Formats: sequence, C-alpha cells, structure tokens
Amino acid sequence: MAFKGQIIVDTERCKGCGVCVPVCPVKCLELSKEVNGKGYNYTQTVNDKCIGCASCAMVCPDGVISVYKKQI
Amino acid sequence: MANIDIEARKQELLKEGYTEVYTKTKVLTDAVMHYCPGCGHGTTHRLIAEVIDEMGIQDKTVGVSPVGCSVLAYNYFDVDFQEAAHGRAPAVATAVKRLNPECYVFTYQGDGDLAAIGTAETIHAANRGENITMIFVNNGIYGMTGGQMAPTTLVGMRSATTPYGRRVDLNGYPLRMTELLATLPGTYYVTRQSVQNPGAVRKAKAAIRKAFENQKLGKGLSFVEILSNCNSGWKMTPVAANKWMEDNMMPNYPVGDIKVDGKIAEGIDVNRLVLDHPLTVMQ
Ligand SMILES: Cc1ncc(C[n+]2csc(CCOP(=O)(O)OP(=O)(O)O)c2C)c(N)n1
Ligand code: SF4
Ligand code: SF4
Ligand code: SF4
Ligand SMILES: [Mg+2]
Repeated sequence: MAFKGQIIVDTERCKGCGVCVPVCPVKCLELSKEVNGKGYNYTQTVNDKCIGCASCAMVCPDGVISVYKKQI
Repeated sequence: MANIDIEARKQELLKEGYTEVYTKTKVLTDAVMHYCPGCGHGTTHRLIAEVIDEMGIQDKTVGVSPVGCSVLAYNYFDVDFQEAAHGRAPAVATAVKRLNPECYVFTYQGDGDLAAIGTAETIHAANRGENITMIFVNNGIYGMTGGQMAPTTLVGMRSATTPYGRRVDLNGYPLRMTELLATLPGTYYVTRQSVQNPGAVRKAKAAIRKAFENQKLGKGLSFVEILSNCNSGWKMTPVAANKWMEDNMMPNYPVGDIKVDGKIAEGIDVNRLVLDHPLTVMQ
C-alpha cells in the first residue's frame, strides 16, 4: 500500500531549528533561503516524495507542521 | 514571504481525498512558545497536550509550572494552571490533588527545579505516594539562568559554572533522581524517555499517557523523566545538541521504564543507581 503525503508548514511560526529536516525518510525537507517575519529560515518541501509519515511533525517542538496523506 | 492561508489549504487537501495525520492539538493555545528554536520543552509540551486531548480530560486537568525556562508553561496549555515557587511544584500539586481528587494533576519541572532546589518536595511527594503525575525535563543544566551546572550535569560537561567540565572531586556526581525515586514504595510508575527523534517521541507520548491514566487507579505517583536538549546552554545547534544528547546523556541516563505497576521493571538492575558515570568530553 503506497501513500502520498502533503504537509502544511505554518512558516510564520517555524523557528528554523532544522530538527525536522534530517528525520524525513524521503528527504523532502529543507530550510528556505528566505526568512520569515521573525528572521528564521523556515522549513519547506523541496520535492513531492512526501509519504505522510509525520516524522517531521513528531519532532517539531512548535507543532507548526500539519500532515495529510492519501492512498495511491 | 506571505504565510499561506493554512485553514484554506487544509480544507483543499481534505476535498482532494487526503486524511489528516497530524495537526497541532487545540489543548495548546495559539501563543508562540518562547523557547529557543529546537528546544525539547516545546516537544514535551506538545505531547502532554496531545495526551490531555486524546483522554478528553481538558476540563479536569490542572498543571503546576516551575521556575526555569518552562515558568511560562501556563501560557501554552489551555487547561487550568498554578505557578509554584521554585522547586515546590510537587507540594502545590499535592494540595491541588487532595482538594480536587477528581482532577488530573501534573507538575512540569526542569532538573534545576526538581532535582536541586526542589529535591525535598520531589522526594517527599513520591514517598507519600501522591496520586499525581510529574514530568521532569532533564537537560543537564540550568537553562533559564544562562547554563549553570545542575545536579544532573555530566562529569566532564562544560557549563557556565564548570567552564573546564564538571569534576567529581569538586562538584560531586550527577544525580539520577529517577532511579532514586523508583526505590520508594510511593512511586507506581517511573520511566525515562527522550524526545530527539520520531520513535523516541512516540514512546515518550505513550509513557506520558500511562502516567496520566494511572491517576484513575490511585496507586501512587507516576514520574516521567524526559531527556531534552538545551541547545542554547550547551552552545550547539539543535540538531548537534540532539546528537550530543544521544552520545553523552543516554549512557549516563539510560532510557526506558524503571518501575511499572509498582514493581521494578523487568531487566532493570537496581544497582544502576550506582552505575559509573562515563566521562563526557565537550568540545
Ligand atoms: C529561589 C530562587 N533561587 C534561584 C532562582 C534562579 N533560577 C531561576 S531558574 C533556575 C534553574 C532552572 O533550571 P531548570 O530547572 O533545569 O530549568 P531549565 O531552564 O533548564 O528548563 C534558577 C536557579 C530563582 N528564580 N529563585
Ligand atoms: S510527513 Fe514524512 S515524508 Fe512527509 S515531509 Fe514529513 S517526514 Fe518527510
Ligand atoms: S522542527 Fe518545526 S520549528 Fe523546527 S524547522 Fe522544522 S518546522 Fe520549523
Ligand atoms: S535556554 Fe535551553 S532549556 Fe531554555 S528554552 Fe533555550 S534551549 Fe530550551
Ligand atoms: Mg534544566
């Protein structure tokens, strides 16, 4: 069973700590080059490989990532 | 960059046939947490709030916040809260629980608060077998005040007050409060967890859930230590701090259940109390 995932990052609340980046099993996260209103480089997806595993959301201290998935 | 409309995007995904796997619980308020980026306090807050949400006990939960970085915890949980004087949260929680036995009462404390200035309150609440949940965030340092040595600071670990590393001859041994409490008959559940990777976070959440569920049984105190980074105090990036925690905190503070259902957990050697403390080398 394969899943396609989507994440929504509340970029204005992201603190750019980066702990979500290395835990993604399919390497679809990176910190942005641009900064948000607080001056942080926020998390963004860099490809469409997300499987909706929620690993990133599990480790985010600020709960800024929402995760969705559907079966494909 | 303008923030996208998050609610609209959620609705869009649901319409496209996606199901929600994770979103921040409503038991956390919308206040932005003041914690440093990547600090485990935030993760631990999230887990407690998720447990309260999933148990449906938001209107019956009372938290007691400490002095330390988490002094403002009451701003982030949408439940009743009482602030305690430094280290005194277990005494305050004792009163709250005894006066409101139908409530779920928890303390949230750092290692300086719980294992230094509040040692007496911690040990006596545990020894009395108070029917409360204690969450103990151990980052091996006084985070709030600028990274001074705590009782939990590792041998060899640098801090503002041990700039050349903690020395046993001068500063004594790191205190394993959790193992100590497990030896008291008043504790019913004693565990050490961590929040540095997704697997650890899921386990920590299950432990917190158990520690809250136990209040229904009235059999004594449930104690959950959470190993957590203080990346600012340790002077590392959050990612490096999580790795350092695995390499250095975990050999000193082994993760897992220590006491379950009032009995020392299987495979736990009580001699662990006197385990040697491996020397930590901090760059
Ligand atoms: C009576 C009293 N003594 C000392 C202090 C200074 N003080 C504030 S927080 C703190 C220690 C906090 O460390 P910890 O409990 O480990 O919390 P952390 O910030 O690391 O989460 C100290 C000593 C105080 N506020 N009140
Ligand atoms: S949900 Fe899983 S796959 Fe998707 S971005 Fe997060 S960690 Fe990566
Ligand atoms: S863990 Fe959370 S706050 Fe940290 S970079 Fe990732 S999304 Fe941002
Ligand atoms: S000083 Fe340490 S414990 Fe306090 S918020 Fe920052 S990282 Fe967390
Ligand atoms: Mg501390």
